[in-house]
Amino acid sequence: MRNPLSDKIVSIQPSGIRKFFDIVSEMKDAISLGVGEPDFDTPWHIRDEGIYSLEKGRTFYTSNAGLKELKIEICNYLKRRFDVEYDYNKEVMVTVGGSEAIDIALRAMLNPGDEVLIPQPSYVSYTPCTVLADGVPVTIQLEEKDKFRLTKEKLLEKITPKTKVLILPFPNNPTGSIMEPEDLAEIAKICIEKDLFVISDEIYSELTYKGQHCTIAAFPGMKERTVLINGFSKSYAMTGWRLGYACAPELILKQMLKIHQFAIMCAPTTSQYAAVEALKNGDKDVAEMRSAYDQRRRYLVKALREMGFDCYEPQGAFYVFPSIKKFGMTSDEFALKLLEEEKVAVVPGTAFGDCGEGYLRISYAYSLNDLKRALERMERFVKRHLNDAQ
Amino acid sequence: MREKILAIIEKNSRIDLKDLAALLGESEAAVANEIAEMEKENIICGYHTMINWDNTGDEKVIALIEVKVTPQRGMGFDKIAERIYQYSEVTSVYLMSGAFDFTVIIEGKTMREVAQFVSEKLSPMDSVLSTATHFVLKKYKDHGTVMCGKAEDERMMITP
Repeated sequence: MRNPLSDKIVSIQPSGIRKFFDIVSEMKDAISLGVGEPDFDTPWHIRDEGIYSLEKGRTFYTSNAGLKELKIEICNYLKRRFDVEYDYNKEVMVTVGGSEAIDIALRAMLNPGDEVLIPQPSYVSYTPCTVLADGVPVTIQLEEKDKFRLTKEKLLEKITPKTKVLILPFPNNPTGSIMEPEDLAEIAKICIEKDLFVISDEIYSELTYKGQHCTIAAFPGMKERTVLINGFSKSYAMTGWRLGYACAPELILKQMLKIHQFAIMCAPTTSQYAAVEALKNGDKDVAEMRSAYDQRRRYLVKALREMGFDCYEPQGAFYVFPSIKKFGMTSDEFALKLLEEEKVAVVPGTAFGDCGEGYLRISYAYSLNDLKRALERMERFVKRHLNDAQ
Repeated sequence: MREKILAIIEKNSRIDLKDLAALLGESEAAVANEIAEMEKENIICGYHTMINWDNTGDEKVIALIEVKVTPQRGMGFDKIAERIYQYSEVTSVYLMSGAFDFTVIIEGKTMREVAQFVSEKLSPMDSVLSTATHFVLKKYKDHGTVMCGKAEDERMMITP
């Protein structure tokens, strides 16, 4: 029999998180702080709209780009929250989560050999999706001393004549860093000068704790070179509904839509009806969840610091990214030991790129009680191992 | 800060001061001070425990009574309400808009006890015109807390 597999796919490494997931799943009574999704249920009025749409028999395909009503609400929302205007008819499409949007944006834009700049630590899919689209991933290593922001120097360093796309993953999973308007202004200037396109993954845009999120698409000259990606998973606690969207200039969106049309057809209809309700009447829920995350963020950072971790203060998403360098262990070793000795699961920073070495991702998408329970165990662990290391 | 303190302790009055301060990013002294002030100003009126009596061996009967009254000259509703809420069986009294005047919630050990209270204490009051008693059969949700069943975390342990 011939080899049934594609060499390209085989060459791609499975997600580092997967490996750890398998170990954790084997373990009984482990407490996890390793989850990358909200602990809240989708607000009832949104679920109810989904159920209602089923009751009404709205069980058909929608148009490829998504329900007109939803696209209009997305445009209203983006205008209302981030002051950026899109034409619902030509510049918006509804996708199966933000992840599909990342994939098809890269596939629509890359020719073989085109370089894609990927700041890391960051979400796990940018590199494999770039490879799948025949692009060449080029990592930009973000550093704690810059608050894990993308600086103009770091960007310029990696630009070559082949660079075509910059991924902008802020607010960032796993570091919790954000880009402030003045940071974005510098990046925007370079993108225009060097003729780069931006894929801006703003899935955590509603979860920022020091002022309002700002999108690079709102800067002059940037909308025409930006694919803005967002979705419902994090802001409305709708991860399982698998619903996101992409906004881009018609030139790019048309091609993205082609891939979507053939590979996906349309995003789930039930989810789309629920999402209309989320955008129309969900602002209050978003604000309440944000406030809960913010409180836990403060609590967790304080507790980790008191325990002896060096911990940068995250300003977005729902993760803290403490350094474990002083323990004399790698991230993998630390996470594994913590799991074995105290049965607490956190994600090693290396799952999000090599430069995540020396860090852990700890999620605060947990109730205060869960956090406290896990922190008690972590404290015992730290007491045991910090002395060994020093 | 007050609103934030209240939002948290409304759901969890047992939270300790240290945790509360950490959640709010304030000092413990400042939070303690604010709570003391709110107690003094009668903003915080008490700290109670949510109990699902159905899950205990204790029998309890709760009734909601609609009460119509004629307000007395110079007394208004407040005086009548006071005469009602002074009884220890009465757990809540609300002045209502609409077809009746007060909602009175009563707790007793048996239905007979509740019925006796209504017929012997409440109805004979001068100002009371009529009452309609409704017994509570089951509490599903109280003070924002769902009483039946605890939700478990069904998320996968590790996700990206």
